Amino acid sequence: MAEPSEVFDEGDLIARAKAGDDTAFTELLSRYERKIYRLAKNITQNDEDAEDVMQEAFLKAYSHLDSFQGNSKFYTWIVRIAVNESLMKLRKRKSDKLVSLDEQVDTGEDMVPREIAVWEDNPEAQYSQEELRGILDKSVESLAPIFRSVFVLRDIEDLSTEETAEALGISIPAVKSRLLRARLQLRERLTRFFRRKGGNVLAFL
Amino acid sequence: MLSCKDFLKELSEYLDASATPANKAELDQHLKQCPDCWVVADTTKKTIQVYRGTEPRAVPDSLRLRLLAALEARMKARRTQ
Repeated sequence: MAEPSEVFDEGDLIARAKAGDDTAFTELLSRYERKIYRLAKNITQNDEDAEDVMQEAFLKAYSHLDSFQGNSKFYTWIVRIAVNESLMKLRKRKSDKLVSLDEQVDTGEDMVPREIAVWEDNPEAQYSQEELRGILDKSVESLAPIFRSVFVLRDIEDLSTEETAEALGISIPAVKSRLLRARLQLRERLTRFFRRKGGNVLAFL
Repeated sequence: MLSCKDFLKELSEYLDASATPANKAELDQHLKQCPDCWVVADTTKKTIQVYRGTEPRAVPDSLRLRLLAALEARMKARRTQ
C-alpha cells in the first residue's frame, strides 16, 4: 500500500472532512493509524483490546468531527480519544491488579540505579530489527501501567508534559515523577542487553 | 556538591533540557565529578533515543479492512441523512 501523501495540509484535510468529504477523513486515518495502533497496543498490552481501541477511536473521531475545534492538533485530539478507550479497557481487566492510575507508589527505592555499565557505542546494531523491537516491547510491557502509560505518551508518542497530564487525567508533577521512574526502570532493563561486552565493564567501580 | 539522589531527581529535566540555567550548571558540575551518574544519565538518554527512533509497525490488514468497512457504513449513513 502506498504511503499516505503529505501533500495536503492538515488544516485543509480537516476542513474538507468536516464539510463531508470522506476521502479527506480516510487520508487522516492513513496518516495516524500506525501511531494510534501502537499507542493502543502499548497501553493495553493486549491484541484484541488494541484492535477494539483503534476501531473505536477512529469511529468516534469521525462521528464527533464537528466538535473538533481545531485549536489543538488532530493527532493530539485522536490520541486523547484513544487513551480514554485504552484506559477503559485496562480498568475492565480486573485480573490486572496494577490498573489504578491514581495509585500512589513512592518510596524512592525504585530510583536507586542497580546496573551501572556503559553501553556499546551503537547497541541497536547488535540486533536485527525484529529482535530489537522484541526487546523494546518486552521492556515497556514490564512496566506497571501507571508508569507505562506516561512513558508511552511522552517518549514514544512525543506528547508534551501538559498534553500527557490532560490525556491521562493526572497532575503535571505526577507525569514528571512517573516518567522519571519509567525511564530509569527501562534503562535498567535495556542495560542487560546493551551493556558493553568484554573490555572493562566495571570501568567506573 | 549535589548528592547523587538529588541529581537523579532532576535527571528528566536535565535530559529534556528543561532545567533552569542555574540548575543545569549544578547538574553539569555533578556529572563532571561523578562517573556513576554520568553512566546513568548517558544510558537513560540512549534509552529515550532508541524508543523515539522506532517507527510504528504496519496495522494488520484484517484490522484495517474491518475499520474501513465500519467507517464506510457510518459514512453512508451520514450521506443519506
